[in-house]
Amino acid sequence: MSLTLFNVILAVFIAICFVGANAAYLVWCERKGAGLFQRRPGPMENGPWGLLQPPVDGVKLMTKQLLIPGGVDKAIFMVAPVLAMFPALISFVTIPFSDNIVAHPIDVGVLMIFAFAALGGMSLLVAGWGSRNKYSMISSVRAVSQTVAYEIPLMITTITIVMISGSLNLSDIVQTQLGGFWSWNIWPLQKQVGFNLLMPVSFLILFVCSVAETNRAPFDLGEAESELVAGFHTEYSSMGFGLFFMGEYANIVIGACLTVILFLGGWACPVGDLGFFPFTHHVGWFLLKIYLIIFVFIWIRWTFPRTTIYGLLNLSWKYLIPISLFNLLLTAGLLKVF
Amino acid sequence: MTPVPSPELFSADGMAGLIFLIMIGVTLAGGFIAATAERLVRALSGIVICFTGVAGFYYFLNSPFMAMMQILIYVGAICVTISFAIMLAAPEQQLKSSPSNLLSGPLGFMIAALIFGGMSALALTTEWQASPKTASGSVREIGIHLLTTYSMIFELISIVLLIAIIGAIVIARGGRN
Repeated sequence: MSLTLFNVILAVFIAICFVGANAAYLVWCERKGAGLFQRRPGPMENGPWGLLQPPVDGVKLMTKQLLIPGGVDKAIFMVAPVLAMFPALISFVTIPFSDNIVAHPIDVGVLMIFAFAALGGMSLLVAGWGSRNKYSMISSVRAVSQTVAYEIPLMITTITIVMISGSLNLSDIVQTQLGGFWSWNIWPLQKQVGFNLLMPVSFLILFVCSVAETNRAPFDLGEAESELVAGFHTEYSSMGFGLFFMGEYANIVIGACLTVILFLGGWACPVGDLGFFPFTHHVGWFLLKIYLIIFVFIWIRWTFPRTTIYGLLNLSWKYLIPISLFNLLLTAGLLKVF
Repeated sequence: MTPVPSPELFSADGMAGLIFLIMIGVTLAGGFIAATAERLVRALSGIVICFTGVAGFYYFLNSPFMAMMQILIYVGAICVTISFAIMLAAPEQQLKSSPSNLLSGPLGFMIAALIFGGMSALALTTEWQASPKTASGSVREIGIHLLTTYSMIFELISIVLLIAIIGAIVIARGGRN
């Protein structure tokens, strides 16, 4: 694909539209899901099944006053929401939606997603500090220590997959899992994963880490509203809050994409190559898979109560990191043997 | 020395040059903020901007691996660690202390000016030659070199990191009775 200015602008425009539409309608899904799990209807007044709720909410957010409290560190306060949104957008550049729909398949795609996720962690810190508010401060320290803790098992698990596929390029990782659902990396008994019995466990680790990395319940200690008002975005109103919100949902989509690409075959069809439906063939499967994962995210959020910060950090440092390290060594050994 | 003709703005070279200039601007602006900020946290934000600009250079110079590592390690790890240090050590926002001795005043300025002048003279008078390309800069090449040519350095770094981890555990355990 030639990288002309027009293509770049088009790709950026599509990415922003995708992120915006996702943020808006995932909120609707979230509320409908909450309704489903708590036996109530959820949004239903605006439009059929409440489908007009997101645009109405958007208009409300944009027309609200952008309030900057007197005591805040203004420059930092203003930069933080942008810093939350921008890395999430950039990560979409390298995600392969199908064998030919990918903005720029750079060779270090996996690394790029992690690098910009780290930048996103920085935004929480900056937001909490800039707000000059004790609750925001505590929340941002919590959120960052959580992000740092869960980045480690996430990366170690990803290294396992990178060893199996022999590439850091997300498209190549998908290419190794073609040919039906039995050749996905999640299944233990195949030659390409070295008959590693712990593959489902490492899928579980990756999934738990991506829930924790996106600061979602039951790991949403950063915005524990019973203790910390609203966490790091307490002082933000209007679109400042809106940007944090969109960034969060964009991160959820990226987490789901990463899970699907690394373990569930990316855009590959679960039953071999179905040539006859051009749309459902690739993009359709990919979207279906990521929205299934996101449904599980929502399901977990409205089912489990919030953990404590100690429980959260213990889970990562005492269980997930040792298990993922062991799995890394085991995979390396098994790949050498078989 | 013959001056290189400047390319058209809306050509591939022109756009690349523009991006290069933007990266220089970002790096310099970040450095300037870091050096002149009144508050430590703003200085830290400056460093983040500066590092991001440097990552842009690496990407521009065709080594995306280095660029991503720059962001992942310097922004994601080192800056976060620094900010934790700031939060733990200086809960009140501490203002920059005014220069009190000769070294941080005119003398420091003079030395900086001298170094700048020397570097500029060197850069302008040297006959620059593009060095031959030794490796493709891909992850594969870097990995092979790390485990063959530079394996000694690689092992030493692992030992340093191991010592750092053990030290951190010892310090953390020491406070817990």
